[in-house]
Amino acid sequence: MDTWSRPRQAQLVGAHKHYGKVQALRGVDLELRGGELLALLGPNGAGKTTAIALLLGLMRPDRGSVSLFGRDPQDIVARRNIGVMLQDASLPPTLKVGELLELTASYYPQPRAVAESAGMAGVADLLQRRYATLSGGQQRRVQFALALCGNPRLLFLDEPTVGMDIEARQKLWAAIRRLVADGCGVVLTTHYLEEAEALADRVCVMAHGRVISEGSVDALRARVAMKRVRCSSALDVATVGAWPEVVEARMDGGRLWMSTRQAEALLRRLLAADAAVADLEVQAADLAEAFTELTHAADADAGREAELEAA
Amino acid sequence: MMETIATPAMPGRRVLGAFAAEARSELVRYLREPAFLLPIMLFPAAFYLMFGILLGSHGVGDGAARYLLASYSTFGVMAPGLFGFGVSLALERDNGLLTLKRALPMPPGAYLLGKLLMALCVAAMVGALLLSMAIGLAGVPLTATQVATLLATDAFGVLPFCALGLLVGTWVKGQGAPGLLNLVYLPMAFLSGLWFPLSMMPALLRQLAPVWPSYHLNQLALAAVGLDDGSRLPHALVLAGFTLACLLLAARRLRRHG
Repeated sequence: MDTWSRPRQAQLVGAHKHYGKVQALRGVDLELRGGELLALLGPNGAGKTTAIALLLGLMRPDRGSVSLFGRDPQDIVARRNIGVMLQDASLPPTLKVGELLELTASYYPQPRAVAESAGMAGVADLLQRRYATLSGGQQRRVQFALALCGNPRLLFLDEPTVGMDIEARQKLWAAIRRLVADGCGVVLTTHYLEEAEALADRVCVMAHGRVISEGSVDALRARVAMKRVRCSSALDVATVGAWPEVVEARMDGGRLWMSTRQAEALLRRLLAADAAVADLEVQAADLAEAFTELTHAADADAGREAELEAA
Repeated sequence: MMETIATPAMPGRRVLGAFAAEARSELVRYLREPAFLLPIMLFPAAFYLMFGILLGSHGVGDGAARYLLASYSTFGVMAPGLFGFGVSLALERDNGLLTLKRALPMPPGAYLLGKLLMALCVAAMVGALLLSMAIGLAGVPLTATQVATLLATDAFGVLPFCALGLLVGTWVKGQGAPGLLNLVYLPMAFLSGLWFPLSMMPALLRQLAPVWPSYHLNQLALAAVGLDDGSRLPHALVLAGFTLACLLLAARRLRRHG
């Protein structure tokens, strides 16, 4: 199914929000659709948490509009469609996992059975344990179980895999993929770019209160035309670093490593300068590099803006 | 195209179920927390055992044991309101639990009502413990009506202190709240004559006593055990007014500052 035929579940239109003098959002448009996973990326302070808070009805925008299933998110009827996993919520330490699931499920009209939610989140063996006795990773899995126990159509997951080991993370990813395949919409904020690469249908990069890039993972990579070139060569870092095509050069495990926006031109120059080049590799930038470049560009813009405002 | 499938309706029975689940969870989680429950139960009980029963038995008849049953139960009832309600609200505003609950479709009011019922139950437990000590250890003769009236006074007497705790909880976030509430709790108990009878205090403090809500609750508790013949209505009205004022102020602060 292509993106635009999926039903729209939630929307921010031209949302502005400030805290005191800090402008957290400067006109953000965002659409969430059923059966689609949107990854919201961006450095700390980019406005991700504020955008989520508006969609959850935790605060109201100064300007612009928010809707959740066609309603005001502060309307409880709208929120009966959503599941929520927040980054830092301390749950009651003395309650057992099963009790927490029953309590949260009681808020919803047609929740999943406790055993089903627990099974999907991989906490079926923890139901009788008190929350305080669980490890950090187990607590995150319980919070994930709480997010999906209401049988929601849209899930908000804020940094869901922080504190999890690799195996637990893979299991959680698999569970998220199953939910999305069943038509559930998911909004994921994460610092782990591989998480966005592994799961996201759409990636939305925020910086300084704006959406600076939105599209598929491939589109984001393509937007940043950075390539990595690696090879074994007699040339040294200083020499290649001075070439106009090279953005950055260093040694990486005994091999020369370069990043470039003009891979073809760089390769012609490289092969001309050193006929003995071996082990040549050219790779597209991964999401992390794309992301870094995008946010650096936005930083520079914001810096110029601040200068203009000051002048 | 906005998603058109209607949200499944929430039957009234399930909404009530959510209120019940919230109240049950609040109660269970605090009953499992000795660090919360023990001081609240043991401080008034230990004071009563020392001053009301062991030292008081040398006095005239059951006077001291009866008098201090009322004042220590007032003292005991203040704590679940101030700490069970106020401190837990301040902590949960700080640690993200309240934010999560506001994002979830929890019925509005279920959170505060759950905490209120928890405080009410703990207050009744404190009252029941002191009553059983008065009857079993000190042999204070109490009629069934007196027992029932004191228990009801203790249970509902927690409400003004819940409201005060709520208000303080909106001023101070997190770990600062217990300290501030102790600064309210202990002086207020002393100044209302809960530790020493007001008749033993300087005239100024005696005249100031009606300022404190705990003074009025104590008058109701004294009346419940047959030690005050005056009208109860003014005290009940003062407590109701105090509760309302705290609630309104707290609601205003929560609306402005979240």
